[in-house]
Amino acid sequence: MRLSKSWIIASKDFKIFSKKNYVIYSLVVVPLIVSFLLPIVIEFAGHRNGASGIPASELTILLPAFTFFYLIIAGFIPTTIASYSLVGEKVEKSLEPLLATPTTDSEILLGKGIAAFLPPIGAILGGATIFMVLMDLVTYGTLGYYYFPNWNAAIVLFLMVPLAAILSVEWNVIISARVSDVRVAQQIGILLVLPFGVIYVAGELDLIPLGSTSNLLIIAGILLVVDLLLLYVAKATFRREEILTKWK
Amino acid sequence: MIETENLTKKLGDLTAVDNLTLHVNDGEVFGFLGPNGAGKTTTVRMLCCLISKTSGKARIGDYDVGIEADSLKIRKFIGLVPDNVGLYDDLSAYDNLDFYGKLYDCTEAQRKENIARFLKMLGLWEKKDVAAGAFSKGMKQKLAIARAIIHEPQILFMDEPTANLDPESSKTVRDFILELKKEKKTIFLNTHNLDEAQRICDRIGILNTRLMAIGTPEELEKSVQGRKTVIQLEQAGDAIIAALRKLPLRNLVIDGNKLTIDVTDPEKENVAIVDTIVGAGGHVQSVAVVGSTLEDAYLKLVRQTK
Repeated sequence: MRLSKSWIIASKDFKIFSKKNYVIYSLVVVPLIVSFLLPIVIEFAGHRNGASGIPASELTILLPAFTFFYLIIAGFIPTTIASYSLVGEKVEKSLEPLLATPTTDSEILLGKGIAAFLPPIGAILGGATIFMVLMDLVTYGTLGYYYFPNWNAAIVLFLMVPLAAILSVEWNVIISARVSDVRVAQQIGILLVLPFGVIYVAGELDLIPLGSTSNLLIIAGILLVVDLLLLYVAKATFRREEILTKWK
Repeated sequence: MIETENLTKKLGDLTAVDNLTLHVNDGEVFGFLGPNGAGKTTTVRMLCCLISKTSGKARIGDYDVGIEADSLKIRKFIGLVPDNVGLYDDLSAYDNLDFYGKLYDCTEAQRKENIARFLKMLGLWEKKDVAAGAFSKGMKQKLAIARAIIHEPQILFMDEPTANLDPESSKTVRDFILELKKEKKTIFLNTHNLDEAQRICDRIGILNTRLMAIGTPEELEKSVQGRKTVIQLEQAGDAIIAALRKLPLRNLVIDGNKLTIDVTDPEKENVAIVDTIVGAGGHVQSVAVVGSTLEDAYLKLVRQTK
């Protein structure tokens, strides 16, 4: 596999995304809103009705769960991009000439994957940095130390978020074979956040303590296995003969 | 050179292409005619290594279609203008071509030179920075052709390149194909347009799942029995008609002073007919051979398979 070919395809997609305001808004707005909103909620909810703030014992449950929120974002932002990248090509009927070039299916798939993976990861890590800085500012008084950065946050942001984003991209490759409308692809693609949402709620309720490193590693391990399984299905779906004769 | 031997493609229970055997020479413009669903696009996709063959053999240049290691080499060696232009509407004409130039491993200098050359040849240079989505159908088609030849392939596959184009755009595309022909490119042209095929193709194959006929446009025209000789006489008298009826003519129709006779080989048969008329004291005002066009040949062959 030649990475240069994949990068050419990804670069072309980046150029197209840069011309689509909808994609840019999806990339930037959600991580930014979450990054600013969560610290604001902590600050104001804790001081409601004259209270002195959220107790430290609750903060240590909330903060890792909030970090987990970025996993949910990683599950749906790539959907916006991957649906444009794959279904968009299908709608514009530009896949056939692309497939006629001297590139392999894997190179094209990787290029599409890079295009749908890198911008969301950049946006999420940027947003998470803002989130951690602001959260430290509003919780330092209660905790007496800066909660972020920490190893658990690193596991979520640098291991689980990429794995979730890869899962989202693979999920969208599979969806793309069956739909021919970008919005439908996005709607189906977004279903992927449901399991992450359930884990998030379980974390908030302390049913699955998300502050536990071992729990995070177990979830990361499950994500890795699912990623590998979906990679197999995505590769089987993204074959030129399948695309030209069976993709609707 | 494009060569196929018993090339077959089955899609489930349907045989899309059935034992296709043909040979297209280097530098030849080969027209592939056939109704919708005849297997033209499937053939092109097989030859471009986009889909697999079910059986048979095919070679493009020195490479075998169906051998994985040769597929990339074939795709580098050929260009494809698909039936849907498939451009990136958000990218400019220049960026569309530049992207494909990179995928075909053209150097930056080659890309710059070829983009400028082909956009100028196709009258699109002034619009090089305009998004392809803003182009008319004809302009998009021209851009798709430029895209297919950005790496200067020796063989170009074109799948109905003038379909849905206005006459002026069709002419530009046809003229460009003729320019490529002068450069000795091998062109495999799928088309519904019989007139277009007749004008620009050296040879034509008529496909309806199976290859029904192959030859030059003239050979295909002659292959159809059913040409008619129309003779305008000064006066179609009884003596002339009686003399003609003694000849082994097929289907003599008399309409006033105009005679229409089915002929197989007008160059030979017309001499005897005219001699007979003159011998019977007739005066011939004009002789014309009509019918048996490429269209007749095409329709006859296609109907045979129904």
